[in-house]
Amino acid sequence: MSPSVRLQEMIRVIRGARTQGEERGVIQRECAAIRAQFRQADNGTRSHNLAKLLYVHMLGYPAHFGQMECVRLIASPRYNEKRVGYLGAMMLLDEKQDASLLITNSIKNDLSHSSQYVQSLALCTLGCMGSAEMCRDLAPEIDRLLRASNSYIKKKAALCAVHIVRKVPELGELFTPASRSLLSEKNHGVLHGAVVLITELCERNPDTLEQFRKAVPELVQIMKGLVMSGYSPEHNVAGISDPFLQVRILRLLRILGRNNDTASDAVNDLLAQVATNTDSSKTAGSAVLYETVLTVMDIKSESGLRVLAVNILGRFLLNNDRNIRYISMTSLQKIVQTDHNAVQRHRGTIVDCLKDQDASVKRRALELSLALVSAVNIRSLMKELLLFLSSCPPELRAHTTSGIFNAAERYAPSQRWHIDTILHVLTTAGGDVRDETVPNLIQLITTATELHCYTVHKLYRALVTDISVQSLVQVACWCIGEYGDLLLRGECEETESVQVAEDDVLDALETVLQSHMSSPATRGFALTATMKLSTRITHNVDRIRSIVSIYGSCIDVELQQRAVEYNALFKKYDHMRAAVLERMPVIDKSSPGHTNGESTGGSIKDMEPTKRTQEVVLPQEPANQVCDLLDLLGGSGEPPQPSPALSTTALGPVSSTAGGDLLDLLGGLDVTPVPPSVIVYEKNGVTLKLQTDKQTDTGMTITLTATNSTDRDITSLTLQAAVPKSVQLQMKAPSGDVIPAHGLGQVTQTVLLNNPNKVSLKMRVRVCYTSQDVVCQDTVQIDSFPSPAW
Amino acid sequence: MRFLLLFSRQGKLRLQKWFTPVTEREKKKVIREMTLMVLARPPRSSNFLHWRDLKIVYKRYASLYFCCGLEDQDNELLTLEVLHRYVELLDKYFGNVCELDIIFNFEKAYFILDEFLMGGEILETSKTAVGIAMEEAETLQETMEEYMSKPTY
Repeated sequence: MSPSVRLQEMIRVIRGARTQGEERGVIQRECAAIRAQFRQADNGTRSHNLAKLLYVHMLGYPAHFGQMECVRLIASPRYNEKRVGYLGAMMLLDEKQDASLLITNSIKNDLSHSSQYVQSLALCTLGCMGSAEMCRDLAPEIDRLLRASNSYIKKKAALCAVHIVRKVPELGELFTPASRSLLSEKNHGVLHGAVVLITELCERNPDTLEQFRKAVPELVQIMKGLVMSGYSPEHNVAGISDPFLQVRILRLLRILGRNNDTASDAVNDLLAQVATNTDSSKTAGSAVLYETVLTVMDIKSESGLRVLAVNILGRFLLNNDRNIRYISMTSLQKIVQTDHNAVQRHRGTIVDCLKDQDASVKRRALELSLALVSAVNIRSLMKELLLFLSSCPPELRAHTTSGIFNAAERYAPSQRWHIDTILHVLTTAGGDVRDETVPNLIQLITTATELHCYTVHKLYRALVTDISVQSLVQVACWCIGEYGDLLLRGECEETESVQVAEDDVLDALETVLQSHMSSPATRGFALTATMKLSTRITHNVDRIRSIVSIYGSCIDVELQQRAVEYNALFKKYDHMRAAVLERMPVIDKSSPGHTNGESTGGSIKDMEPTKRTQEVVLPQEPANQVCDLLDLLGGSGEPPQPSPALSTTALGPVSSTAGGDLLDLLGGLDVTPVPPSVIVYEKNGVTLKLQTDKQTDTGMTITLTATNSTDRDITSLTLQAAVPKSVQLQMKAPSGDVIPAHGLGQVTQTVLLNNPNKVSLKMRVRVCYTSQDVVCQDTVQIDSFPSPAW
Repeated sequence: MRFLLLFSRQGKLRLQKWFTPVTEREKKKVIREMTLMVLARPPRSSNFLHWRDLKIVYKRYASLYFCCGLEDQDNELLTLEVLHRYVELLDKYFGNVCELDIIFNFEKAYFILDEFLMGGEILETSKTAVGIAMEEAETLQETMEEYMSKPTY
């Protein structure tokens, strides 16, 4: 056709351009010509110009000036112009453009055109880019076309209706009656469209779903017909009769049978039939089988059928075709939770797929392997996973490490195995582990008390070999600091003993401190470890002193602060150094301090000397019930004991409690009502009273007052408190820790409670004190607080 | 299906069909990422990828890559069949189709696609029906053209 040659000529010229600049020049010229043509009156070449513009648009150049031309062409009476106009509308206009509204009227007219091809153009465009308003306007038209037209139009109207329902779900009710009747059509195209429409309606509206459950027998009939029918040249694909329709029907049956016994029963036989009769040597058959398996697993099918489905997936897993293996692993992933044992049977093949060349298959195999880990197979599976880690593609490493850690945490057969595994991961892929790994590992090491010697030896060796992996170095430094004495002792049952001299250890730590590879957090770890060693080694304390004092002028503020404080510990508070740097208690796993994965190692883990105004913020309880507060207090969430001791003895006058201030304030008034206080604990002559100083909507301030009626002083008084999960607690420094005898004095401590979620406030207080050289410890629960003074 | 793209081995786009409203910028971004991802795949790997929350299915036919983005509930193996069917339809229409046919007659490729898919779903499952519809539309077009070029008396 002669006019079209110009389009092809232009394409040829553009393709002949040798450089990007030349191409741009050609296109600019052509666009200018097209724009000029658009401005002219109708001369029969409009459609070709628009086609040229669309080509230019596909190359990536702007073409918005063609939008109005599309609108004009759509309104033209000529078919070829309409065709190109609608194509342009689908490519250049979308619902966000204003011009799209202008074509609504044209579409409306064309939907009632005498020629079905014009109707189909309108339907296609509406179904492709119709906005919500357009859909609302034209929905009745579509419904009309669904009922009373030939199959060519019906199938297009059905899919157009699908688009409308997606855009404006409320219109679904409009199409429900028509779609029901479409199921009796013979034409596969119409049937397919009907099934898609019904699927869409059922997914959005549960009432419609109920309605269409009655259609299940009809669908089963259709499906049976397809499966058992002979060869149909029109619809046959590799021996399967119309796999597209089969898959859609299976999907609809899945939705209808979900959570419904009657529908599922009706479908059981059909699914068994499809599963056994479908030839899966080609992709088409496999696609149908795949959909069948998904349907079987999703509805309430009988167990024999489920076993059949898993077996099909197992067969897929051994298929040579990578796609099929990938698909089977995807499906196994979906059912591994519910049919765990069935999937376990195929574990060997899945683990083999870890070694496949294909990255997608590897990813699927990894996910599935991690899901299959159980107490029984943990050792062998972990070996495979660690092997995989050493050769896995970089984008999967982070996922692999976190998966390995989770699995190790849940199913570790022994602590030593657990520690070994984590260390192995850190050495292989330490750069890809999550931040929480360091505190988690430290917590694990502290609980494995028998293995301290073994662990510290192993970590020391790792540190000496390589200091580039930050997480490993941090853990190693921490362990050497804590268990340095075990390291220096030399003997260890679990590994061969190596004589480690104090200088070697200090050398290693200093290397870490000075290396440019160490992050600031790591250096903090190393400095603190060096400090801790001052109490654990005997000969080189001076060396440590000098290291610490050097860092007193370090540029990094964190290191400088630590060094200065450690210096102070050496000089002024040397008598406390041993107590401050002694070994940490076992860290309780449930305390949230343990999940505080800051890269500085977590301020709770690292033993920093406290600052002037000591504020002990106790961790919140992890569980919802108040009774779990007991676990929290019993597990000693953090090592607070030295800190209050430090604050009360090292610091001089402590800031007086707010309760005291309040009383002073009140003292200024003429009438000073004494705020009501409640006795919460009374034992051994020690009385603890609680009074509410201030209460707001979201918090309160209370003062705990301890008095002593015995004839000897009560010493080392400490109060600890715990509150429900969403409440925040802040305990100010106590006024002292000695309660004079005979009620001559008292110790007060202010507690601030912040309750943003306004849950019911309860508190548990643990009282520890030494009375007549006997250490006592009691816990008391406070369920109701007295009302405040005003 | 969310989108269907055809591009050459050099990454030049030959056909794009979007089944959901997408901004121009987003379209360009998706096209770029798809071409990068698909062209980077080694020859004998599986045809499925994962990208954002979509499943990507691609197939290479001679010098053209056919690439679709699927939603979670779509059947990937069936999509391979859909792509194959589209190629067969093009082949039937153009007679031994090659990339140049699609370049120079891209509007015809779109018309065939619009007879086969709509809104991301399959419109017609019969192999012959699409071809028949195209032929009839062509005659309609020619008739109109002849009619228009006839001089009026």
